[in-house]
Amino acid sequence: MEGAGHKIGFSALMSMLKYCYEFGVRYVTVYAFSIENFKRSPEEVQSLMDLMLEKIEEILKEQSIVNRYGVRVIFSGNLKLLSEPVRLAAERAMLATAKNSKAVLSICVAYTSTNEIMHAVQESCEEKWDEITLLNSSGAGYGLISLGGYEQDEMDHLIKLTDIEKHMYMAAAPDPDIIIRTSGETRLSNFLLWQSANCYLYSPSVLWPEIGFRQFLWAILNFQQIHFYLDKQRKQS
Amino acid sequence: MDFAKLKRRLYYWIHQIVNILLRLTWHLLHVTIHLCYFAINIANALESHLISKGLLRRYKSLHISKLQYLAIVIESEDCRTSNVIELLQWLADLGVKHVCLYDMEGILKKSKDFILEKFDGATLFQENDVLLDQPLMTLEFASFSDGKEAVAKAANVLFMKYLKSGSTSSYQGEQIFTESQMGEALKTVGGNGPEPDLLLVYGPARCHLGFPAWRIRYTEIQHMGPLKSMKYGSLIKAIYKFTMVQQNYGK
Repeated sequence: MEGAGHKIGFSALMSMLKYCYEFGVRYVTVYAFSIENFKRSPEEVQSLMDLMLEKIEEILKEQSIVNRYGVRVIFSGNLKLLSEPVRLAAERAMLATAKNSKAVLSICVAYTSTNEIMHAVQESCEEKWDEITLLNSSGAGYGLISLGGYEQDEMDHLIKLTDIEKHMYMAAAPDPDIIIRTSGETRLSNFLLWQSANCYLYSPSVLWPEIGFRQFLWAILNFQQIHFYLDKQRKQS
Repeated sequence: MDFAKLKRRLYYWIHQIVNILLRLTWHLLHVTIHLCYFAINIANALESHLISKGLLRRYKSLHISKLQYLAIVIESEDCRTSNVIELLQWLADLGVKHVCLYDMEGILKKSKDFILEKFDGATLFQENDVLLDQPLMTLEFASFSDGKEAVAKAANVLFMKYLKSGSTSSYQGEQIFTESQMGEALKTVGGNGPEPDLLLVYGPARCHLGFPAWRIRYTEIQHMGPLKSMKYGSLIKAIYKFTMVQQNYGK
């Protein structure tokens, strides 16, 4: 049956989320669908989109996990690549849960880290452009649009790192402390590359649909062992 | 009245005792984990010894050609150049052709000349040396500033290009830049070497410590432990594990 593995994967996700929220983990990010996954067979992509639509509708119901734990749901990624019904459902879910403040669940759909960085750079450029246009139109521009108005040094720092960071899809959540990648795979596959500089990367050999409390607890205990070191690294950067 | 106060005091003390017991249990748990890792490390050390003596058949032939570009992340406080040079010697013996050395604070970058002088089997990596077969190993040195700050500089380069192109009409929502343009811009600011196939982390934790994000999309990341306890056998095992991996790239 097409998509059966994904359905079981979804229930594994729900139980992991329950453990996270019971433990008091406030920010959880999930890699649901990569831009690269669009290259899969159209049947599989369609069944995944249908599953996503079905589960988003479930999330919006009263007794669902997001309402029980006060979770705000954010869909991170290039949502324009999704089909209309899925995109609209995602936007509705974001609107419906916007007032929840106890935890944040970021679902990465149509997401890759390189696309996120590119998008943030583009948004920063557009914002800077609007700023300059505004200055120019109010007469305070002194011809800033023509490049002669800036020193070379200033030109190299028009767009700052903070501008780019605030336009990231994942700007609503702080940098993660632990990234769990299942199936024993040791690569990040274009997931949170920017945000994982001081993050513990945990790669259990278990497959995602089989993941359970044991792996979750082990990840946390290992993280606690190196927590002091990672904190120090974070303060240094 | 007295009884209520007594009850409150009792509950308070029970609460404190339970707290202390829980804390003790937590500490005990972590001590047990430490002991487990200690035992695992001894087993790994034994295995490395066997591997380096060539006694384990599995590791005898390494398909080193699969490893086109190797990156090594080293914890800045552990960066002893003698260890680094020894590691480079091992890599050269295994036939690794292209290596990138990264540490967060740029200590390796500062000792670049010293390392190249002491280790005469390598030359500095140039942009167009990518993946060519050369007699000497190419070495690239990177630090934290080649990651996020390089992206900010590349953003400025792209912005300047955008201004110069004179496209003043509003492109809101449209894709102005492509990922390949971003890659080119990163190259101009000097922050875009090739993407490593394998990244070895020599430090206390499995964490890439800010290696340039743009380059590690599909890089296999393996944790090797602290640099001062590096072993030749562990290196072989890590490279062997890498050669056994199959990637789908999302498909």
